[in-house]
Amino acid sequence: MKFVDEFRDGAIARKLAKTIAETALPDRQYRLMEFCGGHTHAIFRFGVQDLMPENVGFIHGPGCPVCVLPKGRIDNAIALVQQHDVILCTYADLIRVPASAQMSLLKAKADGGDIRMVYSTQDALHIARAHPQRQVVFFAIGFETTTPPTAIAIRQARAEGLNNFSVFCNHVLTPPAMRTILQAEGGASAHIDGILGPSHVSTIIGSQAYAFCAETFHVPLVIAGFEPLDVMQSTLMLIRQLNAGTAIIENEYTRVVTRAGNRKAQQLMAEVFELRPTFEWRGLGMLAQSALKIRHEFADLDAECRFNMPAITTADVKGCLCPAILRGLNKPTDCKLFGTVCTPENPMGACMVSSEGACAAYWSYGRFRRETTKQEVAA
Amino acid sequence: MKRPYSVKLDINNGSVNMTHGSGGRAMAQLIDEIFVHHFDNELLRQYNDQASFTVPDGRMVISTDAHVIAPLFFPGGDIGSLSVHGTINDVCMSGALPLYLTAAFILEEGLPLAELERIVASMAAASRQAGVPVVTGDTKVVEKGKGDGVFITTTGIGMVPAGVNISGDQARPGDAIILSGSIGDHGMAVLSSRENLSFATTLQSDSAALHTLVASMLEVTPSIHCLRDPTRGGLATTLNELTLQSGVGMLLDEKAIPVKPEVMGACELLGLDPLYVANEGKLICICAATDADALLAAMRKHPLGRDAAIIGHVIADDHHLVQMQTAFGGRRIVDWLAGEQLPRIC
Repeated sequence: MKFVDEFRDGAIARKLAKTIAETALPDRQYRLMEFCGGHTHAIFRFGVQDLMPENVGFIHGPGCPVCVLPKGRIDNAIALVQQHDVILCTYADLIRVPASAQMSLLKAKADGGDIRMVYSTQDALHIARAHPQRQVVFFAIGFETTTPPTAIAIRQARAEGLNNFSVFCNHVLTPPAMRTILQAEGGASAHIDGILGPSHVSTIIGSQAYAFCAETFHVPLVIAGFEPLDVMQSTLMLIRQLNAGTAIIENEYTRVVTRAGNRKAQQLMAEVFELRPTFEWRGLGMLAQSALKIRHEFADLDAECRFNMPAITTADVKGCLCPAILRGLNKPTDCKLFGTVCTPENPMGACMVSSEGACAAYWSYGRFRRETTKQEVAA
Repeated sequence: MKRPYSVKLDINNGSVNMTHGSGGRAMAQLIDEIFVHHFDNELLRQYNDQASFTVPDGRMVISTDAHVIAPLFFPGGDIGSLSVHGTINDVCMSGALPLYLTAAFILEEGLPLAELERIVASMAAASRQAGVPVVTGDTKVVEKGKGDGVFITTTGIGMVPAGVNISGDQARPGDAIILSGSIGDHGMAVLSSRENLSFATTLQSDSAALHTLVASMLEVTPSIHCLRDPTRGGLATTLNELTLQSGVGMLLDEKAIPVKPEVMGACELLGLDPLYVANEGKLICICAATDADALLAAMRKHPLGRDAAIIGHVIADDHHLVQMQTAFGGRRIVDWLAGEQLPRIC
């Protein structure tokens, strides 16, 4: 398939693997954090790790919006359905994520809640137009990538006078999360030599948004696409920087990402959203100025105002290592719950259920990876 | 035989109501003018509560399948043709020659009679084309809101030819795994026609009855080890079922698995994996490696096996995993489908 196959070519991968093996210095380790779940899944789905030398390892980052959403926010959404009888429109990723008391949106739906999976904010608006007698809430989630479509939906609802529509906003920002991980490095986070930076997010905010990684923390960052060759090329770029002792922001994903990003989308976001003083991230805790709320001017379309939603703080299941995994401190296989009580069919934490979660990637693609695999591939 | 009603059903404007399931005259008329009219065969025309027939000696198989699908009509088929193909395929995956079908309909009050007739006509056409008649059935009506238009359950019986012993527990290390054609066509065709996800595609469901393909394969190699149609859960889930049943592992070659570019494109767009997308006209055959070439040649001669390919082989593995050599050069596990495959946010 055009525009995809070019970035999954096995022959090029082998050549790149050879170059990486030749470039990586044998006497040092390269601990690279792939920030996004999209990268994690590309690494596992295509077997990228098998093509890396022993001393180049990937640490999985917190870039999975479903994984970092605190449980309390899902409890909030379930309460909307059960107490206010709203039609809740959600992206499919959230539907099986565990909430408190062994609930999930899927179970709330089975109990009679009107929860509908949508593919875009436009679907949610469509549902609101079709049910003028019902309150319709869009469960907005995601990093900067999915924020502009939410902004558009809010503006459209305002323009149309769609009074039965509102948005439960859970949009969060990537740079504060990255800063938290780098600040805590060595203690509460893993040691990171370099970062494979977000791809889709960067189409919106641009590569310069990560300048602080290099300037403040002297950690090189390469914006990397989600295809496996993107991941490998970016890895090579990071290795070259580390060998040279430089730390700059580079952009491998030039076919989409620019330095300044998408200004129109940024303006749209600024018009509809403002920064929350602080917001809870699952695994990372309370992070200042890390999330968006709907501006006062659009408060009538904010579900948190309309339904007077309380702040709910709920602890994760005891023994769940998701917080350490999201900080890169542990691998999913270090968790005692992994594969025993926590499986995709019966997830204890969001990382096991999200399509971008590290635990799901380990479970689906690599839970019994044999030590011999690498040699077999090399042979 | 004169039937006890003078005015014909208004199929163009009428709809199903509770009297059509009450056991009275309205129900008899619905059965007569829609079901018997389209399925028409000698056994059905006896108007008994059961069909009675003589069977040859040998091993008989029986299979039943409930069909619920939204939308009822999709590119390349509808719930009617699907309910015939699905059960014929379940019967013939034992190597059996399917003989008869039964059909039970649960109709939702308000279903337009024209839609019902279109479904039944399509079902009758599929059954005639396959040479497997629907010989008895049942109809119930549920109140509006308690069904999804129509649910159809079909049961099929068939006879296994002497000397054929196909079962999911027969896969052995070294066996070849053959797939009859491209994967994901049905699932993506159905998804593309869902109301809230309309995207333009020329994709058609692959819904088809596979018994003649199976018969042509058995002619060449009666000693096929396993046959299964990778329906819900797709190729990945079906292969996992077989590894568990046979106590083996499998190693697939991603490059050898046929996927149409339009299926691949739609999957990329929605974040789905074609390995997990449903098929309704494909089969997986596991056979001794020495039989593989002859079987492959026979399959490729049949219209439903034109794109058949050897996609991997069975290996010994205590974990009973399906693994895949990726086209990219690595290796990954191909796991069971967890829950429903859901499109991703970003």
